[in-house]
Amino acid sequence: MRRSLFSRAWPNVVAVLLFVFFAFPVYWMASTAFKPRGDIIADTPVFVPLDATLHNFDTAVSADHFWTLVRNSLTVTIGAVVLSLVIALSASFALARMRFRGRGGVLVTVMLAQMAPWEVMVIAMYMIVRDQDMLNSLVPLTLFYMVMVLPFTVWTLRGFIAAVPRELEESAMVDGCGRTQAFLRVVFPLLAPGLMSTSLFGFITAWNEYPLVLILNKQADKQTLPLWLTQFQTAFGDDWGATMAASTLFAIPVLLVFLVLQRKAVGGLTAGAVKG
Amino acid sequence: MAVQPEQVTRGPGGGAGVAGGPPPTGHRARRRRGTGPVRRRHTALDRGLPYLLLLPATAVTVLLLGWPLLENVLLSFQNLNARQLIQHLTEWNGVDNYRGTLTNEDFWRVTGRTVAFTAVNVAAIMVFGALVGLLLNRLGKGMRLLLSLGLVLAWAMPVVAATTVYQWLFDTRYGVVNWSLDALGWHSMAEYNWFGGQYSTFFVITLLIVWYSVPFVAFNLYAALTTIPAELYEAARMDGAGAWKVFSHVVLPILRPFFLATTFLEVIWVFKAFTQVYAINHGGPDRLTETLPVYAFVEGVGNQHYGMGAAISVLTIVVLLVLMSSYFRVVAQQKDEL
Repeated sequence: MRRSLFSRAWPNVVAVLLFVFFAFPVYWMASTAFKPRGDIIADTPVFVPLDATLHNFDTAVSADHFWTLVRNSLTVTIGAVVLSLVIALSASFALARMRFRGRGGVLVTVMLAQMAPWEVMVIAMYMIVRDQDMLNSLVPLTLFYMVMVLPFTVWTLRGFIAAVPRELEESAMVDGCGRTQAFLRVVFPLLAPGLMSTSLFGFITAWNEYPLVLILNKQADKQTLPLWLTQFQTAFGDDWGATMAASTLFAIPVLLVFLVLQRKAVGGLTAGAVKG
Repeated sequence: MAVQPEQVTRGPGGGAGVAGGPPPTGHRARRRRGTGPVRRRHTALDRGLPYLLLLPATAVTVLLLGWPLLENVLLSFQNLNARQLIQHLTEWNGVDNYRGTLTNEDFWRVTGRTVAFTAVNVAAIMVFGALVGLLLNRLGKGMRLLLSLGLVLAWAMPVVAATTVYQWLFDTRYGVVNWSLDALGWHSMAEYNWFGGQYSTFFVITLLIVWYSVPFVAFNLYAALTTIPAELYEAARMDGAGAWKVFSHVVLPILRPFFLATTFLEVIWVFKAFTQVYAINHGGPDRLTETLPVYAFVEGVGNQHYGMGAAISVLTIVVLLVLMSSYFRVVAQQKDEL
């Protein structure tokens, strides 16, 4: 009897411990962000900030260039995502709906490009951008982020388009629609959820990018939030409250997106990464 | 209007079209059965259309991925330091950068370190991830939801934010980790400086990467596990197999391709991990936690030996390509089996 109780209980106990392990850093970030300075440098850590304050957020938000950098990050990210959606839409339509010579080769290229070692190529990218006199500009960042998210966008959109029954399109064409019209009026509206989740993943990738902006945009008001965040701690000495408030502000959009998308995330990434 | 489609066909697919005409693929065959209006559009434009649709994507990929790759190779054959950079000089120096890199003791030390770092991280991620995935499969609904929530939180944390949080967790004076270790009786850890030593820094980086990567493996394994029919487990149990036997004789053989593919993906990701390693301590202390991507960056950009850095990065990319080709072989195999 005792043994069976134990064997029923241990998975739950382990699950709770694992939950703490995975969630604690996130909790610690958010709770530190709300703590007054006294609680942060207390000899015994304060686990629940009862005397919560918004002071740290105030410090983070009023840091130099904060709103400029928010705008930079949003510009670069949204620009990259929208551009890559437009380009990927036409490419993935061809890949999902048409048979043509070289199709297999294109699919392999997309998979290869998805794993492109961008982190290792930053020196060459720096040289190219510098030779075009475009350092400290948001344009090259946007373009490179667009290509970074393009393979994933093509790959997932292709799946979503393939899932729309071909018969719908054909019957529209029988009814007198042209191919373009059939696509815009029949397929496109059905793609809305797919476009949504695909673009949100593109958003996360571009929002988080760090190595490229690190080398390309040194000028303080041309950076993006990830770079700002890594320098924040240096700039503010050891003000961990403000640093954690900044991290929280940076993480919130992504955490929200993920919580909404969790189910699709697993399916999408499995399909893209493993099933080939 | 009549000329344009012809030109399109002769472009990318032209040669192929002439030789014997296109085979009647499933798509076309189905179209042919259609009625008049649909058939009307089956023209040269149709044959050129896919290439036309792929053109923008191909163009930007060639320009923004192909060019940097090529530039990287070209730079690796140049003597390019601060002086040449400022004066826009191109000085070719043959294979000097490669000779210099490959005979440099530091390069081999960093390579060995990167391999060990990758091996440790991937092993930890796969074992831990597999266990969590198995646990997810075993839990009741409520607990599974709780654990999933924790996993999603870790998975969703932006890498840069996670890095600053780990710096705070492992802070020398006020970090909660040191406090906990002290409270648990390990008093010498009370004011321990995690970022002052090579192995302790690597420990924090590894924990960060494992914490961040396990959710992906666990969720995928759980998704794969749910596809195994319950009868298989029952049959195995009826035959007297214990938990380990069920895992090693039922689950493992079925999921072998999954494990192989995921392992390779993780190897590639950990091998080229830059943000975590660089942002947490800039490869320090004393350049002792540089892995190959960080080493290429510090040599190339930090020390302004751009040509040398490019050579290191080409060598890193070659290693990655080998890894990727193994990954694709695994994926292709898996496709046949499915």
